[in-house]
Amino acid sequence: MGLDAKWTELPEVQRRFLLFSVVVAIIFLLLILRLWFLQIVNHEEYLERSIRNRTRVLSLEAPRGPIYDRNEVLLVDNRPSFRISVLRQDVADRTKLLTRLAELLEVDRDVLEQRWQKGRHFPIYRPVPLATDVSREVLERIQEQGVDLPGVLTEVRPVRDYLEKGSVAHLIGYLGEISEEELASEAYHQSRAGDLVGKVALEKTFEPFLQGEKGRRLVEVDVKGKLLRQLQMESARPGNKLYLTLDRELQRAADEAFGEQSGAAIALDVENGDILAMLSRPTFDPALFARGIASDEWRELLNDQRHPLQNKVIAGQYSPASTFKMIVALAALREGIVGTKREIDCQGDFKLGGSRFRCWKKAGHGPTNLKKALRESCDVWFYQVGLELGIDKLSAAAKEFGLGAPVGYPLPGEKAGVIPSQKWKRARFKQPWYAGETVITAIGQGFVLTTPIQLAVMTAALANGGKVLKPRLIERIEDWQGNLLLRPETEIVREISYSDAAWKAIKQGLVAVVNEPRGTGQIARLEDVVIAGKTGTSQVVRRKSDEEEELDEGGDVPYRFRPHALFVAYAPADKPKIAVAVVVEHGQHGGSAAGPIAKTIIERYITLQSARSGDGG
Amino acid sequence: MFDRRLVINFDWILLLTVCLLVGIGIVNLYSATANWQDLSTPFYMKQLIWLGGGLTLVLLLCCFDYRHLEHFAVHGYVITLGMLLFVLLFGKASMGATRWIDLGFFNLQPSEVIKIAMILLLARIFGRTAHLQGFRLGELWQPALWLLLPVVLILKQPDLGTALMLIFIAGSMLLFAGLQRATLFGLGVLGGLAAVAGWFGLHDYQRDRILTFLNPEADPLGRGYHIIQSKIAVGSGGFLGKGFLQGTQAQLSFLPERHTDFAFSVFAEEWGFVGCGLLLFCYFFLIIWGLYIARHAADRFGMFLAIGVTAMIFWHIVVNLGMVIGLLPVVGVPLPLFSYGGTSMVTTMIGVGLLMNVSMRRFMF
Repeated sequence: MGLDAKWTELPEVQRRFLLFSVVVAIIFLLLILRLWFLQIVNHEEYLERSIRNRTRVLSLEAPRGPIYDRNEVLLVDNRPSFRISVLRQDVADRTKLLTRLAELLEVDRDVLEQRWQKGRHFPIYRPVPLATDVSREVLERIQEQGVDLPGVLTEVRPVRDYLEKGSVAHLIGYLGEISEEELASEAYHQSRAGDLVGKVALEKTFEPFLQGEKGRRLVEVDVKGKLLRQLQMESARPGNKLYLTLDRELQRAADEAFGEQSGAAIALDVENGDILAMLSRPTFDPALFARGIASDEWRELLNDQRHPLQNKVIAGQYSPASTFKMIVALAALREGIVGTKREIDCQGDFKLGGSRFRCWKKAGHGPTNLKKALRESCDVWFYQVGLELGIDKLSAAAKEFGLGAPVGYPLPGEKAGVIPSQKWKRARFKQPWYAGETVITAIGQGFVLTTPIQLAVMTAALANGGKVLKPRLIERIEDWQGNLLLRPETEIVREISYSDAAWKAIKQGLVAVVNEPRGTGQIARLEDVVIAGKTGTSQVVRRKSDEEEELDEGGDVPYRFRPHALFVAYAPADKPKIAVAVVVEHGQHGGSAAGPIAKTIIERYITLQSARSGDGG
Repeated sequence: MFDRRLVINFDWILLLTVCLLVGIGIVNLYSATANWQDLSTPFYMKQLIWLGGGLTLVLLLCCFDYRHLEHFAVHGYVITLGMLLFVLLFGKASMGATRWIDLGFFNLQPSEVIKIAMILLLARIFGRTAHLQGFRLGELWQPALWLLLPVVLILKQPDLGTALMLIFIAGSMLLFAGLQRATLFGLGVLGGLAAVAGWFGLHDYQRDRILTFLNPEADPLGRGYHIIQSKIAVGSGGFLGKGFLQGTQAQLSFLPERHTDFAFSVFAEEWGFVGCGLLLFCYFFLIIWGLYIARHAADRFGMFLAIGVTAMIFWHIVVNLGMVIGLLPVVGVPLPLFSYGGTSMVTTMIGVGLLMNVSMRRFMF
């Protein structure tokens, strides 16, 4: 060893030391360069990624916008509800916890287990809901045990509160869990799976206005997703306030008057088309949907023969029956077929070719002029006049009044109804039109189908001198701070012109219906206000004319064969304000079943008007 | 017996540099493990204990003349090789690899010991046989055999990192001893062939690691996770760092293995480019100082010994840093003096002790 002690001093060895030092220096320089690249050049990117790593955005639910009536009375609100959730990161012993909770919540343990499983794909910082909308009692019990229940949270969440219950259910609609398709669409960009969104009617159509803007909570999490602290918070913005044209008092009056019967009622302001009340029966409780409807409850609603989920005001199609007669009369006046004086002798039936068409009054009305024909709803008079008029002129007149086509109700689901014509029949049945069909069309039977809202628009047009209005449902929309966002204008679809004499003749007829002896709608008569109205009895099943007499015998006919009762009216007759259309399904006689409801609505309207103007003055 | 010159020549600079690095490492360890509560003895305390043990080792290793080691180099090598074989047959398995012998108080890792034994053996061989003309290929079969025997045994464990480390150390010593141009070329070709053959001999997880290194973003939650999180930690540190105990990647546990292999990432995140620069300078200084000791060694054995130890420390630093900053694939190599771990500390401190020994006796002739 040490043979050459000075080996290290040889130039060649010195050179190797230098070379090694230089290589070491270069490699360290490379490391430094790399650090420079990561820490200086790309710092921003990595900083951003480290922030993304440790932060999560939790959304805060926005209270859904409240819905008011025209007088700023709440119809739909939100109430706080308590939800018991569990933050899994803080749970040590799941089995023990769930067993304990099952006792406190009085829920089956398996149910809790299922709900826990449902949330197992949630990020760990997102609480898994175990019980929604728990009672105060349960809440207090849970809170007392708080120390022994690590990880259990009580969350306060807004829940839709339908103050008017079923009365406005069809109009308002209901909420349901967001669907896959909805999630995929742009309109629901801020929603996530499990959110409740509007499913039908107002809640659905005005979803963008009602949903508000979710708040955000920026939180810090660790690698397992465990929530550590809150970094930042943006409060949720409540949804906008919706003011409807509806008047809650009037709505309630209609609701009470309707009792347990099936059908629809609608009241319009004759000047601006505001929907003042709108009712469809039977109804359902939208709160069922707000808390998540059970499948048997849902099935029951779907299978109910009386169709509680259908909004009959816009989707119920009924033969207008005698409420159609004003149109026939007007068209005949315009065409000069009748004047106010022309009398037709009603002997109880009308013969055309081999067929015999009966008047509802077997004994006949005798010599009948226009006013009497309307007042007593003489069918023969209209058979004759309708026949002379012809189907195409008749249908043109009806269409002018908005019948047989959607009237432009602002929410989806409106049905068109049918106003037949020669062309229509050829297209629909590939058959020619028969004169006998004109005859029954003239009394609003046969192919004719209308919806209650169409009848209301028609009645309003009769009252206001020919203005066909688009019904207005939304009075205005304000944001949560009260700034006006939207106020739909009244839209006049068209103005129909008839001579003053013609309008007057019809009005006199309709006033007579309610206010004169032998008028078919006397039941709707009011002391203080003159109501103009028209009854209608709409056959449900096509029957041979021979059998029609059975209808008059009433009560014995099975429910589903009983005719629908119709009543349209406006008031006050001289200075019309409100138009009403009522259909009581299988209510038998227009006058007796539907009339009182229309009367109640009008009466309540008048009372409210005078009370409110009294307040003002 | 006791020579006063030993005290006079004691290499304080080496000791201070080492203590400085370990000190920084312990402070960093405190931060890296700050959120690990329920430990009876925190990691930084354990590391302090290891430091105490390591320094004792250094002092013990200074007490005798390193030249005695030349006699025992072959024995030491053979015994360690025996231990490697023993580990393969009876060793304690952990995480899919068999590396340890359980000594009760300490898990002995023969693959670490072989690094030192190998350095001693090669220092002995090269010290005796090196000549200025450089080795010819024919002269190298013996050291090559001594190298490949443990390399094969370690690859069997399997532990690619340590095997490569041995090759790097031996290669560095050989390069320093000198090679003829043709030999260098021949070795290059052989190495290339070995690499190709090796690729097919690699375990799947090892091959995955290399592929992952080439494209970590392809599997961000799986195999690329370590590299990505480490790069995020380092990069997000920026110029001045996020501050002590403020590194979110480390404190919120996004960094894996942050007290051992990825300790530097924690440091880089919290102390930034400035801190990294200073730390790297310390390491650079340590390496240069190691070369300085080699250059002034009293004899060729001492010189090669110092070269070997320096190479060992250097390659550990390079491979570890290269890994955590995404320059090299993930191979489980700790950062010497910095990462937590008794084995690494003991091996490195034995190396430092040998360096110290060589340094102290540079004037002995």
